[in-house]
Amino acid sequence: MAELQFREALKHAIDEEMDRDERVFIMGEEVAEYNGAYKVTEGLLDKYGFKRVIDTPISELGFAGLGVGAAMRGLRPIVEFMTFNFAVLAADQIINHATKVKYMTGGQIDCPIVFRGPNASAGQLGATHSVSYDSMYAHFPGLKVIYPSEPGDAKGLLKSAIRDDNPVIFMESEQMYGMKGEVSDAEDFIIPIGKGKIKREGSDVTVVAHGKMYHVAVQAANQLAKDGIECEIIDPRTVKPLDLPLIIESIKKTNRCVLVDEAHPFGGLAAEIGFLIQREAFDYLDAPVQRVCLPDVNAPFSKKLFDAWFPSPKQVIDAVNQVTYRT
Amino acid sequence: MAKKKKEEIRFAPTGIGDVNEGAVQKGVDLPDATDKTHKDLGLSEEQLLAMFEQMYLQRRFEERSMQQYQKGKFGGFLHLYIGQEAISTGTTFALDDEDDIITAYRDHGWGLCRGISAKAGMAELFGKATGSSRGKGGSMHFANAEKKFWGGYGIVGGHIPINAGFAFANKYNANGNISACFFGDGAVDQGALHETLNLAQLWKLPAIFVVENNGYSMGTAAARHTVAEIVDRAKGYNMKSAVINGMDLFSVYEKMKEIADDVRENSEPWFVEIRTYRYRGHSMSDPQKYRTKEELEEYQKIDPIQRLKTYLLENELAKEDQLKEIEDKVEQEVLDAVEFADESPFPEEKELYEDMFVEDDPYFHV
Repeated sequence: MAELQFREALKHAIDEEMDRDERVFIMGEEVAEYNGAYKVTEGLLDKYGFKRVIDTPISELGFAGLGVGAAMRGLRPIVEFMTFNFAVLAADQIINHATKVKYMTGGQIDCPIVFRGPNASAGQLGATHSVSYDSMYAHFPGLKVIYPSEPGDAKGLLKSAIRDDNPVIFMESEQMYGMKGEVSDAEDFIIPIGKGKIKREGSDVTVVAHGKMYHVAVQAANQLAKDGIECEIIDPRTVKPLDLPLIIESIKKTNRCVLVDEAHPFGGLAAEIGFLIQREAFDYLDAPVQRVCLPDVNAPFSKKLFDAWFPSPKQVIDAVNQVTYRT
Repeated sequence: MAKKKKEEIRFAPTGIGDVNEGAVQKGVDLPDATDKTHKDLGLSEEQLLAMFEQMYLQRRFEERSMQQYQKGKFGGFLHLYIGQEAISTGTTFALDDEDDIITAYRDHGWGLCRGISAKAGMAELFGKATGSSRGKGGSMHFANAEKKFWGGYGIVGGHIPINAGFAFANKYNANGNISACFFGDGAVDQGALHETLNLAQLWKLPAIFVVENNGYSMGTAAARHTVAEIVDRAKGYNMKSAVINGMDLFSVYEKMKEIADDVRENSEPWFVEIRTYRYRGHSMSDPQKYRTKEELEEYQKIDPIQRLKTYLLENELAKEDQLKEIEDKVEQEVLDAVEFADESPFPEEKELYEDMFVEDDPYFHV
């Protein structure tokens, strides 16, 4: 095991995959000469040169579409968005083209492409830089959506994403890039897409949290443990395919569940998992499932308003207290 | 003092009405056709006959498909290419077989040019399992990946950046191939075109971007939806450009060959406006009130297929009965295709879940 920053783990994944497959290249704003807006691609230009590490204009629709075309012709692009908030401009390429080209041509054309970059809020960046898009992309058939929470998961899953023959959305966070964690030294360390992980065992309540919310859940669980409440934290790691059996098995043990999701409430992952739990584990529930997510409100700038907007460990604790009838 | 007449506020230019009030009367003007002969262009008599057959096949395929649509044999959209066949045919003969082609949803002619049989094409229109896209795509999504026809696409302008990606891949692999993308005049107003032209010129991509300007973006005349000359878009990107008479096969072939050679040699993109005319409506339910009958007739008089036929006869390159033989053969091919499509099975229900992912046993959320 090595201790790596999240950004280093991502870089290692990209580096290893570029090294093993000539068809893999990376493009995006500031990925080459600037060494990456968040230094994820630091050093890659020196190692792989201008052919495979490519700076793009600020032209998300254009370069995302170019990536789709390159993938259709056998290359394996990694398209970096400086944030998924900007990828909205490229949504036509992701949603209407990358996910549909194989189906509508009767299977003739594959599109092995990774769209990656930071997702959701990064603090006080205001309304347009703070949206969490994982649930939105998971809505569309044909996409795999990954939003890991720790460096080890990030490396293993990004390698899987790059090797996947389908379009994959891989989400990170500006606020996690500096976070350190254990990363396997194993040669060719891979984590399969679609497998969640029990990251903390507990018998009182199941807490499902992914991406940045995982860390909020951990803080809440540590606090609750002092009160004798043991949370079982499940990190799905992959939003789609969703590792539902892992969640259901846990709920059969704890009989209670809190969902922590960085999306807005309507139609988000929390809403979806909530539906699935009532379908699959109705008879096992001792309390209604609760969720902690963003309010149905845009991201504010002001620190005070922001703190009220962003999901907090306190909200998770409150939700756990609610499902355990401790309030 | 007399009250000044209050002027009506207008935004979009209006069509067909009073010319003195600035109404747009016409879709498109043609540049001159080439005066070169087939020999000047290095085309053999066999090639000319093959081109005639190809154009005639596209024409009859679509006329028959229209009949079948009207008989209720299939639904959905049906955008006919009739009138524009010289573009697909001239281009496919000008490009190498290994070059990439992608187009928008008016795609039947392109598919036929790039190896989709009349049978597979008609079956696709009918939504049958034997269709070129196994019935998953329909009229708008013909494709033949084996022959590097990467398909017809339904989002106006959406496939333009994809063509840049083909060119990128060709340059990346240094394989000497180029890629050509075709779209209607409506697409020139999309941001996707502008982002792509910038990228293509900046990265020196071996790509050709072609506007098939048929005068109308659905029911809106070109002058009602876009400013200045379309071809002049290229100037903003310092890109090489050309305007071509798309009603004349030789003009398309000549210029597209020159352009393809240049793109291949210098790895630099071109922006090309080929002016043409679509005889039919935008899709099947189009009363065509946005244009005059006279305009349509003017173009039908210079029909590209008739023009080639006249050339062949006047230059004694083919005899009447020889051309008749080709026409009869094509007619039969298309009738057989209709029969084939009609008799082919629909896809089985399990095929609904096929072709979504590459793996054999993918995850579907339920």
